[in-house]
Amino acid sequence: MSYTQIGILAVLLAVFLDLFILKTNILRKPVWWISYSIVVFFQFITNGTLTGFAIVQYDPKFNLGENFYSNTPPLIGDGRLFFAPVEDLLFGFSMCLSAIGLWVYFGRKGIQNLPISNTSQKMRERFKFLR
Amino acid sequence: MQLTNFAYLGVLSFILLGTIWLEFIVGARVLRKPLRLVMAITPVFLGLVVWDIYAISQGHWWFNEKYVTGWQIGIVPMEELLFFIVVPLAAIYSFEAVRAVKQWQVGDEL
Repeated sequence: MSYTQIGILAVLLAVFLDLFILKTNILRKPVWWISYSIVVFFQFITNGTLTGFAIVQYDPKFNLGENFYSNTPPLIGDGRLFFAPVEDLLFGFSMCLSAIGLWVYFGRKGIQNLPISNTSQKMRERFKFLR
Repeated sequence: MQLTNFAYLGVLSFILLGTIWLEFIVGARVLRKPLRLVMAITPVFLGLVVWDIYAISQGHWWFNEKYVTGWQIGIVPMEELLFFIVVPLAAIYSFEAVRAVKQWQVGDEL
């Protein structure tokens, strides 16, 4: 299987896990989409570093790219987005969704679900402006 | 061994340092729930290791020896193994931080 195929499969598995196996339904909650947006922003920076400096290199036979780059790949184009193969988005999405899904699942099962994050009055006050 | 060999490790440190402060400043209670953390990350870690072993053995991707330490288990660089722990941890931090700030229910409340 190619990187593209495995990436799509991983996303489908993670979505299936969240909605039908764990029934955590994180995908239906705004908290997921906000926190995932933050993750993606930093993914572009950190993964852009890993791929832009060619710390990790990819064989275009197995992804949507046409060419091989032993040095800096295009910022955007030839199957790349911020230097990284677009498939990395599938990789990251499935990785984060399944980790958070399991995290919520075990919390719901009563495993170290308390204390809930930020229940202190002081911190609530501090971040009131973001609510 | 040169400083450049720690480039990948440097990126991992950036991710770790860039998120772990959320525990103390925002009140994301993640490290204070170590058992739950291990239970959530282990299955993801194992799945990603299998994916990585397959991808490396098939030649989907590989690592520039200038920028990694060369320490590896089998064909998998140690940096990759750490990545599969550090990034899910960062994702959970992001999730718990948003939830903490917004004071939202996420489904694990009893």
